[in-house]
Amino acid sequence: MPYIPHTESDIKEMLSTIGVGAIDDLFAEIPKDLRINGLKNIPEGMSEFEVARLLKERAAQDQTGLCFIGAGAYEHYIPAVVLDLISRGEFLTAYTPYQAEASQGTLQVIYEYQSMMCHLMQMDVSNASMYDGASSLAEAILMAVRLHKNEKAKTILLPQALHPGYRMVIKTITKAHGLNLDTIPYDPKTGCTSMDALQQYANKDVAALVIAQPNFFGSLEDVDVLTNWAHQNSIFVIGNVNPIATALLKAPGKWGEKGADIVAGDGQPLGAPLAYGGPYFGYMCTKKENARQLPGRIVGRTVDKDGKPGFVLTLQAREQHIRRAKATSNICSNQALMATGATIYMSLLGAEGMRRVAATSHANAISLRENLLKIKGVKAVFDGQLFHEFVISFERPVEEILSALSKKYGTQGGFDLTDEYPELGNSLLVCTTETKSAEDLETYAKQLEDVL
Amino acid sequence: MTKLIFEKSCKNRRAPSLAPLKDRKISIAAKFLREVPPLLPEVSELEVVRHYTKLSQKNFSVDTNFYPLGSCTMKYNPHILQNLASLSGFATHHPYSLGDVSQGIRKCMFELQEYLKEITGFQGVSLTPSAGANGEFAGVAMIYAYHESRGDNKTRTEMIIPDAAHGTNPASAAMYGYSVREIPTLADGDVDIEALKKAVGPQTAGIMLTNPSTLGVFERKIKEIAKIVHDAGGLLYYDGANLNAIMGKVRPGDMGFDVMHLNLHKSFGTPHGGGGPGSGPVAVNKTLLPFLPFPLVDKKGDNYVWRTRLNEPQTIGRLSAFFGNVGIMLRAYIYIRLLGAAGLVRVGEYSTLNANYLLRVLQKRGFTVAYPDRLASHEFIITFKRENKEFGVTAKDIGKRLLDYGFHAPTTYFPLLVPECFLIEPTETESKQEIDAFAEVLTKILEEIKIDAELVKGAPTTMPVKRLDDVKAAKDMDFRWCGC
Repeated sequence: MPYIPHTESDIKEMLSTIGVGAIDDLFAEIPKDLRINGLKNIPEGMSEFEVARLLKERAAQDQTGLCFIGAGAYEHYIPAVVLDLISRGEFLTAYTPYQAEASQGTLQVIYEYQSMMCHLMQMDVSNASMYDGASSLAEAILMAVRLHKNEKAKTILLPQALHPGYRMVIKTITKAHGLNLDTIPYDPKTGCTSMDALQQYANKDVAALVIAQPNFFGSLEDVDVLTNWAHQNSIFVIGNVNPIATALLKAPGKWGEKGADIVAGDGQPLGAPLAYGGPYFGYMCTKKENARQLPGRIVGRTVDKDGKPGFVLTLQAREQHIRRAKATSNICSNQALMATGATIYMSLLGAEGMRRVAATSHANAISLRENLLKIKGVKAVFDGQLFHEFVISFERPVEEILSALSKKYGTQGGFDLTDEYPELGNSLLVCTTETKSAEDLETYAKQLEDVL
Repeated sequence: MTKLIFEKSCKNRRAPSLAPLKDRKISIAAKFLREVPPLLPEVSELEVVRHYTKLSQKNFSVDTNFYPLGSCTMKYNPHILQNLASLSGFATHHPYSLGDVSQGIRKCMFELQEYLKEITGFQGVSLTPSAGANGEFAGVAMIYAYHESRGDNKTRTEMIIPDAAHGTNPASAAMYGYSVREIPTLADGDVDIEALKKAVGPQTAGIMLTNPSTLGVFERKIKEIAKIVHDAGGLLYYDGANLNAIMGKVRPGDMGFDVMHLNLHKSFGTPHGGGGPGSGPVAVNKTLLPFLPFPLVDKKGDNYVWRTRLNEPQTIGRLSAFFGNVGIMLRAYIYIRLLGAAGLVRVGEYSTLNANYLLRVLQKRGFTVAYPDRLASHEFIITFKRENKEFGVTAKDIGKRLLDYGFHAPTTYFPLLVPECFLIEPTETESKQEIDAFAEVLTKILEEIKIDAELVKGAPTTMPVKRLDDVKAAKDMDFRWCGC
């Protein structure tokens, strides 16, 4: 029996110890009319070899060529060490480290993770991870509302240039909290959040402003100006940053005069495979004074009874298994293994390695944008500063162009903005990372020119 | 404690082959740029490998230790799941890749939806929730959306939850603004029906139940409970944490539930990863179909396509920017294909056999079983109330002593209504010999308590650290290495 080690004689002995004649007798307390006899519509089991063949066929079906899509999930090179180490059974098949003495490995990794995220973001405290960027941002909004001294502050300002998927998740998760989620338009010239549009919210009951850096269009927001404006109006600033970009860009803790209050976003660029959307992980950091309002797990350093240092899950009075209905969040399982991968990734690359990944991704984007804009029928959409994504537009529907690129070359050409931002016409969001060589960039330009 | 990776850092040491070698021109104005590089370790690749390999060795895990953690289903995670989910067509596939190059993965997801419908007895499944609690949130949101669609969400403000429930249940209900009404459990482990009858009314939005419950017994009056709640206009939520116990034997959809979540990381063999990622799909009956979170995978002819808000205007919306923890769904899909229908039924059977066997063995050896007159599900409770009274040892002490013998402690102090308890879940993948060895050690600890209780109170002694000071951790709030 697959994965069940019992021999016939084991089963006999066990049943006799229990004092029943058959395994089925152990289900006698379930009302008879509810019992089912086996599962229909599920195929018979397969051998490991057969399943491997089936899955290899399915995976081969989805093999694509060059990928220039970003839009919240980024193809960075993942060093072999990352995936090897997180595949070790001791990390992979451990539970949440509630038994601290038998979980010092995971606990120390998470403490190191928290330390690295704090240094990267220049914030005081990090939790042990959330599900993903979108849910982390939604929880950060709920946290800001709890923290805000003005109980009437129920308005949240979300840039239109924030990932559309994130805005949808925020809507779902905050629905029962009676918040006004107001969308702040972007400046059609730069693609950045419009300061003019923000002015009407001065001295209103606003709890938080979300600032995405870079924003969904890849444009760089003037984070200092936005942060200072928010703080002057007693509005919390929630930063939503790409952690790889943060190796190069001003850290949220240094935005404006006081820095962002909470930072929440997706950690996927730090060593998590694209994997068709997940598992990734959400990060969340804040200032020390807000630590007790953080959702999720936190690892703290302490000592054992001999005074030797060690690590435990701490401030658990915030969490669902202690506080139940009064917890800061219902989150229990998080994405610990992906945070472990990020810790190993950051250790391997260090500050300089990450800066180079960011700089190369950025330089590739500048170079590709220049090349693409030389093609007839390709237009620039924004003129602001960018990190590693940019928007271009065409005279023809984007869907046709992407489909032709994929069918002819296997190239995934970018994210079609038509549905989410119809006002931008036939617009495409293109991303480059350090994984693209100069030849790849030329190839893409040639392919695009060909299909146009 | 192993030195922190930061403390192994040497200025200007790098693992340069891992990052682009050339430095590139940056066309970004100075005001956007970082002034000081982040304080990250500067270490070689070998140092990283050694550091994290050594740290991993400080963990107990299913791959290394018996891990009978109640309600967590720490069963064997077949290595082939990891292996196949890492195939490049899956692992390097961008979530916004075009549909015609995503048919392989979508087919797996579609078939998984279909299998989960069959296993749960429900009519619709959305895979998108990222973990059990996220699935609970989705379930509660659907219950809210249902009442909203009928215009009585303003009056239906209460969620009924038995006192034995997982902490996530009341926390999830509260995330959607429900007030929680707790109902008691009877001495035999079943829900107090009389208390339930008094609790329901026009204010009832629903009830959240785990069955078999966290007490390790099947709720025998489930049909009566369903009727009482439905008659009051409420809906029934099934917490799927204990699905492992009943796979192929009885289905939540048939018991009268309206909505549930599954923990793919419990019942379907995907690893727990030191706390995640999990995956918590939700399943619903016909009543709640329009409210499922999106996206869902649909089949149109031979094509696998997304159903989105355009198709389902009443959906509770998105829970993830993309589609949830697809890699975990894929592992669960592979697990189901390996086991097949018959294998899944065996999961329920042998997890139940193992639990009942261990229960009887421990009972014969003088342990106090919380519900001695009941059959166990895939888990059961013993209580050390007596040992606590006589010798001053706690369930926590005994759990820590188990670590010294190489066994992970069972779940302690949960459920909250049984004092000094262990919730023990051996799972189907453990052999009789391993279970016997565990019973042997637990019996030995019982002897140790009688001879030298201090030994047990001082446990563990063989772990990398001794008993840790939780109070100091909460007081010091040392959550990061400060660089000094």
